Amino acid sequence: MRWLWIDSVVAFEPERRMAAVKNVSLAEEHLHDHFPPEGELPAQPIMPASLILEGMAQTAGILVGSVNAFREKVILAKVALFEMDEDVVAGQCLRYDAHIERLDPAGAAAEGTIERLDHRDGEWRSIGRASLMFSHIDQNRAGVEFPEHNFVFGPNFRVILESSGLSRFITPSQAPPSAKN
Amino acid sequence: MAMSADEIFKSVQGVLCETLMVDEDEVTPEASLVKDLGAESIDFLDIVFRLEKKFSFKIQQGELFTENVMSNPAFVVDGKFTDSGMKMLREKMPHLDFSGFDADRRVDALSELFTVNALCEFVKRKLATPQAGAPA
Repeated sequence: MRWLWIDSVVAFEPERRMAAVKNVSLAEEHLHDHFPPEGELPAQPIMPASLILEGMAQTAGILVGSVNAFREKVILAKVALFEMDEDVVAGQCLRYDAHIERLDPAGAAAEGTIERLDHRDGEWRSIGRASLMFSHIDQNRAGVEFPEHNFVFGPNFRVILESSGLSRFITPSQAPPSAKN
Repeated sequence: MAMSADEIFKSVQGVLCETLMVDEDEVTPEASLVKDLGAESIDFLDIVFRLEKKFSFKIQQGELFTENVMSNPAFVVDGKFTDSGMKMLREKMPHLDFSGFDADRRVDALSELFTVNALCEFVKRKLATPQAGAPA
């Protein structure tokens, strides 16, 4: 799946909260470049913080989009806060827990915490936090025309919702034939 | 108990420091949100949300900042507000100080009226108005 930085939705409270997980694997190309061996220094495969932020934004963005049955084009417009306390490496699992702080026709504010599971001790540990602003772009860009179809919530996101048992939140016009349940 | 003008200013200053990542001493009463403090479009929504939280009131779309007026030919012609446009602005945006703007009327210059003072005035008026309910 291209540019999908969550693997599955694990908790969903409509209009309020959503949590998603992401398993970090050495098979992911970006870990080989972040960071490769340099001189005598060995490789240091660390999950890039920018992609952790993307995963958090996708989690919160889907939550925001679900409020209006994914009819709005929800765009990440501002990262008011993003803090990471520790690195994340292959074999670990990330959990993004997002909740909506405020939502109105123009957009939404969401808060999120980032947790990490290390299978060696089996414990989830809070390692980061984010405050994000989302814009409903059709409401905020008078005079600017965007494509009719919702290019934000495309086929990739449907796979996530369907595999997480949340396909009922997709409106009939967006759902592929197999998902009309 | 009603908040004093200084208390309102301090709270608005705090909101703007958090939203726009600026220092307290930059947030002077006359500072323009866009020109002096570097606010961008999404920051306005952020400011609205944070003011609602800080003061426990609800701000309707288009109540604090103008929305969808620029493309209305009754209000704007050749990039300037018409008499109707000015009347509408005065009615909808009583918290803005239009002295000096009547001669200019350029749409591009409207953002400069959104100053820290204008926000404080908005909050003062809002707190003086009975609220239907706090934000959900």
